[in-house]
Amino acid sequence: MHRELIQLDINGERRELAVPPQKVLLDVLREDLGLTGSKRGCDDSSCGACAVLADGVPILACVAIASCYQETRIITVEGLAVAGEPTPIQTAYGEAGGSQCGFCTPGFMIAIHALLQHNPNPSDEEIRETLSSNLCRCTGYMQIYESVRLAMRRMEARSAQPAAVR
Amino acid sequence: MSAYSIIGRPLPMTDSPAKVSGLGRYADDISVPGMLVGKILHSPVPHARIKKIDSSKAEGLPEVKAVATGRDAQRPYGILPIGHDENALATDKVRYIGDNVAAVAATTEEAAERALELIEVEYEPLTAWFDPLEAMKAEEDWIHEGRPHNIEKEYHHEFGNLEEGFSQAAFVQEERFYAAEVNHAAMEPHSTLAIWQPDARLTVYSSTQVPYYLHRTISDVLEMPMSEVRVIKPMVGGGFGGKSEVIPLEIIAPILAKKAKRPVKITYTREEVFYAHRGRPITLVDLKVGLTREGKISAVAARVVQDGGAYCGYGPVTVLYSGALLGAIYDIRNLKFDGYRVLTNKPACGAMRGHGTVNVRFAFESMLDMLAAAAALDPAEVRRRNLLQAPCVTVNGLRVTSYGLPECIEKVVERSGWLEKKGKLPYGRGIGIACSHYVSGAANPIIRSNMPHTTVNMKIDRDAGVTIFTGASEIGQGSDTMQVQIAAEVLGVRPERIKLVAADTDLTPVDLGSYSSRVTFMAGNACLEAAKNMRAQIFEAVAKKFGCIPDELESRDDAVFYRYKPAQRIAFDEAVRCAIDFHGTLVARGTYAPPDESRGGQHKGAGVGPSPSYSYAAQTAEVSVDPETGEVTIHRVVAAHDCGKALNPVTVDGQVIGSVYMGLGQAMQEEMLWHEGRLMNPSLLEYRIPTTLETPQIDSIIVESEDPEGPFGAKEAGEGSLAAAIPAVANAISDAVGVRITSLPLTPEKILEAIREKQKQDREKNAATRSEKRGAR
Repeated sequence: MHRELIQLDINGERRELAVPPQKVLLDVLREDLGLTGSKRGCDDSSCGACAVLADGVPILACVAIASCYQETRIITVEGLAVAGEPTPIQTAYGEAGGSQCGFCTPGFMIAIHALLQHNPNPSDEEIRETLSSNLCRCTGYMQIYESVRLAMRRMEARSAQPAAVR
Repeated sequence: MSAYSIIGRPLPMTDSPAKVSGLGRYADDISVPGMLVGKILHSPVPHARIKKIDSSKAEGLPEVKAVATGRDAQRPYGILPIGHDENALATDKVRYIGDNVAAVAATTEEAAERALELIEVEYEPLTAWFDPLEAMKAEEDWIHEGRPHNIEKEYHHEFGNLEEGFSQAAFVQEERFYAAEVNHAAMEPHSTLAIWQPDARLTVYSSTQVPYYLHRTISDVLEMPMSEVRVIKPMVGGGFGGKSEVIPLEIIAPILAKKAKRPVKITYTREEVFYAHRGRPITLVDLKVGLTREGKISAVAARVVQDGGAYCGYGPVTVLYSGALLGAIYDIRNLKFDGYRVLTNKPACGAMRGHGTVNVRFAFESMLDMLAAAAALDPAEVRRRNLLQAPCVTVNGLRVTSYGLPECIEKVVERSGWLEKKGKLPYGRGIGIACSHYVSGAANPIIRSNMPHTTVNMKIDRDAGVTIFTGASEIGQGSDTMQVQIAAEVLGVRPERIKLVAADTDLTPVDLGSYSSRVTFMAGNACLEAAKNMRAQIFEAVAKKFGCIPDELESRDDAVFYRYKPAQRIAFDEAVRCAIDFHGTLVARGTYAPPDESRGGQHKGAGVGPSPSYSYAAQTAEVSVDPETGEVTIHRVVAAHDCGKALNPVTVDGQVIGSVYMGLGQAMQEEMLWHEGRLMNPSLLEYRIPTTLETPQIDSIIVESEDPEGPFGAKEAGEGSLAAAIPAVANAISDAVGVRITSLPLTPEKILEAIREKQKQDREKNAATRSEKRGAR
């Protein structure tokens, strides 16, 4: 089978690998790089479980041809924590019950992270709109919203603190 | 201050860090060296005899390491001992589009797919049956030889005196209700990795809710002793019943692994998940209910027909639940039930959240509203007038030990503003109420035996870390966390001290699985007993040291202390070392089996429905209906759930809200659309589960009735609230625009048609009244 050499920037690491030209990013992450955090929940880009950040913007890795993302900084759910420290939404998610089975969680982590980076103080309606591209079958979404609001409150409190106690 | 230090606290789920970091492993995330990709060839026809399968061309591909057909595993299996009617790969016939015909294991996915195209199958078509009522009339081409007229099972129950009951009724209503077929749509597609070990043993990682049943079935079908098969449940991405019986890939992957002598992984596409199905069946409910002038239910007669699909699966249990759980919620003395489970040439149905009860509850709660209207009574009041006096045993043999339904009704009435709203909102806006209930596990196991339904082992060694060994399966509902909280409470230690090894048949004791909402009640009670046995060993040693008796000791906050002088204490680590000096490594065991009194009556089918305890739920839904389009907007659902005792209120809220959400999906938009056995919407794009945009505000209220036999009083939380959501919305629509929709889902088309029909009738009535008046003049 024909393969081509591609270079990807995944979670801040430069990775070089030979893949078939049509291989999608999700399969490269899961099969070639062992980054199985991003999930495949559907056949038709409708569930959002495979979302990753491409230059800070959420994309669906299941329909992204890997070789087209060589000039892009890709962050997967595994790369969200900074120096091993979970992000506010990762911590809040556990406390407020955002995850049940957890299969959709990586996609939600990516979507919420991008939302809060872009807008640290979204309204309830903005949260709801933004998360409409991610499906969750367990929670009924209420505790996901609660997690986002908890993370927002913590981020706000932290940014109001002097640097020394951060 | 709470009497408990850990119970009742909203601890994050123990596996939450693994989930939010993406580092947790689900079955498809696991890879091993030398692993092959397995793919399955599915039947393109709904009902046919297989004349010939030629797989020689596929076998000739160098990348192909094994090809399997029905010849490789001929022993039939099925989840119920009375329904061993399926083979993982068809042996003689295919019975639905999507049935499993052959499978290959190859080095790449592309090669496996190419190989499937090279397998030649010759079919001899048979008459296919798609409509259950037609299928019941069939005189030939029965789907299974031993099932004349395609009736899998029928049950006929009568309790009390129907005739007398109906004669007491001032109002009798009869109606046919219909519910479309729905799928669990758990986010994780099924996946199985089977590893053939060099010592000829088999290790299987699978997305299962019940490792024990899978363990048994693999052993049986592959004719290997259970002791040579190991089943491990990794993280599971949602079940809702869809992973509670053995799914074909769970047998096919082991068959291929055994043939290839290599590890084989099969992961379903979403389309395959829909065809593997085992969801909630198309259900017809013919319901007749009588109500006295005082608003008491005097008699109930229900005839239920379920379109079960091509195999038995849980079918008889599903249909029995639909009859049995007419009881145990209201005081019904005269009850008749006729249930039919019918075979058709479509994927097999099975257990889905609220197993068997949901569609009948939709019918019953809708009808209670119709009767309330006839009797000019408030719907909440009608429900109040029919409450059970718990503890009690119902006319159909169900023992009710705790009963928080009255409080659930009061709470939702109060929180929703029911009294100000019901019947008082402007045209187009309405509010509805409904109730539901569910078992806390089945009192009788599906495979009869005297063994406990669950066993939990516990170990403490010199490091003073506590390890729980449990067969209970975490599938997202909080099974692991629940057991950690119970053990931490009893031992008086921080939850962080506790490690949990779960659902690995080589390491953990038998548990009957995560279904029928049994885990908190049953594994919880076993864990409670194990922890108490463990604590007794520690207290015995500390009592010797303190010169007191064990009963005078308590443990809390990582210390053991003398109750009457708490300053006399030792750290838990030290207490453990004292005990280890006596006993060596500390081990303890707890078990749970439902008491005999909970196991139900003697009639045929009495085994299904009895539970050691029942949860209760009441809900209100407030909606707007656009009379021009029939479109419904749900504004808010208020859901009260009696879970006995919330061991962890965040996870209980999550279960209740999630149940309501799933109910709303079935109520408003979910429907598997069939055309001659072919599913027209086998994807998440077309089978639309609710997104954030379709999901209204859902408020959860926890009611704690403290069950006398539940662990710390706890009982079911994960299913009981689903059923009420559907009729609550149907009743709200009726309140909003005065039409009664008796068919699920409650689509705008049906509502609009009903509105127009009503407008027409109203016009005719007005015209008649006018002409009458003219005539009188």
